[in-house]
Amino acid sequence: MLRQLLVPLLCGLVFGTGLALSGMTDTRVVLGFLDIAGDWNPALLMVMVGALAVTIPGFWLAQQRGTPLFSPQFFLPASRTIEAKPLIGSVIFGVGWGLYGYCPGPALAALAGFNWQPLLFVVAMAVGVYLEKAFSARSQGRPGSIPP
Amino acid sequence: MSLLAPFAGGLLIGLSALAMLALLGRITGISGIFAGVLNAEAGLWRWSFLAGLVIAPLLFHTLAGQPQPLPSAAGWPMVISAGLLVGFGTRYAGGCTSGHGVCGIGRLSPRSMAATATFIAAGMVTVFVVRHLTG
Repeated sequence: MLRQLLVPLLCGLVFGTGLALSGMTDTRVVLGFLDIAGDWNPALLMVMVGALAVTIPGFWLAQQRGTPLFSPQFFLPASRTIEAKPLIGSVIFGVGWGLYGYCPGPALAALAGFNWQPLLFVVAMAVGVYLEKAFSARSQGRPGSIPP
Repeated sequence: MSLLAPFAGGLLIGLSALAMLALLGRITGISGIFAGVLNAEAGLWRWSFLAGLVIAPLLFHTLAGQPQPLPSAAGWPMVISAGLLVGFGTRYAGGCTSGHGVCGIGRLSPRSMAATATFIAAGMVTVFVVRHLTG
């Protein structure tokens, strides 16, 4: 109840409120940040500064306890090293982000506005997730492929 | 536009990510949570988080008495192309603005710092090409 419902629901509510309050669900604000040659909008930078001001010290502190409060273990990504795969993926993601102005969080949060664009975007994003799964499964089975 | 609201919004996003890690041990990567739901991975917590994420802006804009922002006027081919690229790219990259940007940098992971710098740079180049070279 606490672990599967209440805590994640509350966290989702706080996260979504943060996105709405900061203007991140507005594609104009996000594209304004990415438009360095135009009328640059620093809002996204301020969001990152605010979020990292909490997560950088907070994550370190949280991990000083051996385990999370309501879970037997931390589920953390294994690799911290720079590799080609996350960089290639980030180029693809960045192009899509720059084309419309949604990354995954704001696209999902914008669903509540009941417009067709976020809905279509989220459906296309889901198709993209499945395509990547199929693509990565294929390239892993191929000899000589780049390890993930 | 005041920079206080984006900063305060960022604090809330950071607090949410911190609570997810400190209480549940989870990284708050929206693309990863979304993919977990699509792949029917065990864990109702993903559905609960996404429910909160979708409901919150509705509550916020209703209580604040301001309309939700209208989506960009781009046509459906652009919406579909962008969505496909974002879905494919974030999964191939193993994270998005939240997973790499907020949580990965929060863990001081060089992998996430490089990924974040890369998608921001790619987004900037794309906007430059669309708005200033072809627009």
